[in-house]
Amino acid sequence: MSKVYDVVIIGGGPAGLSAGLYASRSRMSALIIEKAKWGGQAGTTEELENYPGSIEMPTGPKLMERMKSQAEAFGTEFVKDEVTGFDISDKIKKIISGSGKEISTRTIIIATGAQPVILGIPGEMELRGKGVSYCATCDADFFAELEVVVVGGGDAAVEEAIYLTKFAEKVTIVHRRDEFRAAKSIVEKAINNDKIDIMWDTVPEEIYGDGIVEGIKLRNVKTNEITDFRTDGVFMFVGTKPISEFVKGIVEMDPKGYIKADEEMRTSVEGIFAAGDVRIKSLRQVVTAAADGAIAAVNAEKYIEKNLEH
Amino acid sequence: MIELNKDNFDEEVLQATGPVLVDFWGEKCEPCKALMPDVHALAEKYGDKMKMCKLNTTQNRRLAIGQKVLGLPTFIVYKNGEKVKEISGAENCTMETVENLIKENI
Ligand SMILES: Cc1cc2nc3c(=O)[nH]c(=O)nc-3n(C[C@H](O)[C@H](O)[C@H](O)COP(=O)(O)OP(=O)(O)OC[C@H]3O[C@@H](n4cnc5c(N)ncnc54)[C@H](O)[C@@H]3O)c2cc1C
Repeated sequence: MSKVYDVVIIGGGPAGLSAGLYASRSRMSALIIEKAKWGGQAGTTEELENYPGSIEMPTGPKLMERMKSQAEAFGTEFVKDEVTGFDISDKIKKIISGSGKEISTRTIIIATGAQPVILGIPGEMELRGKGVSYCATCDADFFAELEVVVVGGGDAAVEEAIYLTKFAEKVTIVHRRDEFRAAKSIVEKAINNDKIDIMWDTVPEEIYGDGIVEGIKLRNVKTNEITDFRTDGVFMFVGTKPISEFVKGIVEMDPKGYIKADEEMRTSVEGIFAAGDVRIKSLRQVVTAAADGAIAAVNAEKYIEKNLEH
Repeated sequence: MIELNKDNFDEEVLQATGPVLVDFWGEKCEPCKALMPDVHALAEKYGDKMKMCKLNTTQNRRLAIGQKVLGLPTFIVYKNGEKVKEISGAENCTMETVENLIKENI
């Protein structure tokens, strides 16, 4: 018989890595499956200064590297693959992956996180990779001495705008409201930054350019006035959406696709847990993702003790 | 894989006959770096049917912008010096989509 894991964790972001660490420290056999990049969204931001203890080396990629090697040190296994579905008809559940493999496990932790929302305005898809970006660390280099627009008003938008000032000549934040949702300390930093301009009550209508971004049409939501704004790049940070399509119909979720889990990270299906950005919660951050992962792992262990051992 | 720069780009890509794949990546682009082992594996697998190249855009920014690339990861297939197909963005560039891009163009 092939190996049966105690827990298989889907997603290698902070929630998944923390679940792996806690599971392995309890001597459970644990496997993390990651389809793209270890560290998840947190691995794409240089400005990660609110994770407790990370002030000395506040970059996302470094923190995520340390999280991964910590889990590895306690015996967590890692594999690169995309999970496409489950078979949960038995007590021993099966995980089905894109490469056609089946993996058997006693419990599952869904930690698939979230991805950027695409607004869907004209030009946005067409000019992706040609000045329209969803990842500042990936693309900031291109905009040295150029001008960029950042769309959004949450933590990610304002933090990434500050990061972009290290490269771009000028950064204009376009936000649909008249104040930011981001933490006050970050907002102060942005407002005091000479390279940052802010346009309140403004939404993007269209991004245009011949092969590369040349400008953006902006609408003031109070006056409906349209401005034609010349820019070299547009960074979109208008929010994220959960990656949960592959478990639709299996576990309960809200209309947006966020998975319902209780305080112990238990979903509507016994033995399946959810952790991190993918679940319904009020604060989606690295610190809460890591906490969710720890709680999920401990409850996976409890579930096995209660239901699968005699 | 062939490492491209401003000195060999014309010769290796624009003047080449047959299809050429260029992986545009950057030193701070985590998704690009995570994908690199997969791209190397694909280069092994399809290297005899398509020329496989990579361009470090951090070191060759002007060259990349000249090809209208301002976002990573980006993969472009060239034939006879012309772009025939490209994909861009972390969610759109996976081992699977890059493999399809290669298969469709050999
Ligand atoms: C630009 C930006 C800046 C941010 N800045 C901060 C900050 O300063 N401080 C902070 O605390 N938080 C910040 N955040 C938020 C933080 O990154 C997230 O809250 C955190 O990463 C969520 O962790 P997670 O593990 O739940 O999900 P994610 O980090 O999204 O990881 C999920 C992982 O699952 C993988 N996956 C998805 N589907 C599958 C599948 N089917 N099979 C296999 N693998 C799959 C994904 O590839 C991904 O790697 C920022 C986010 C962004 C985008």
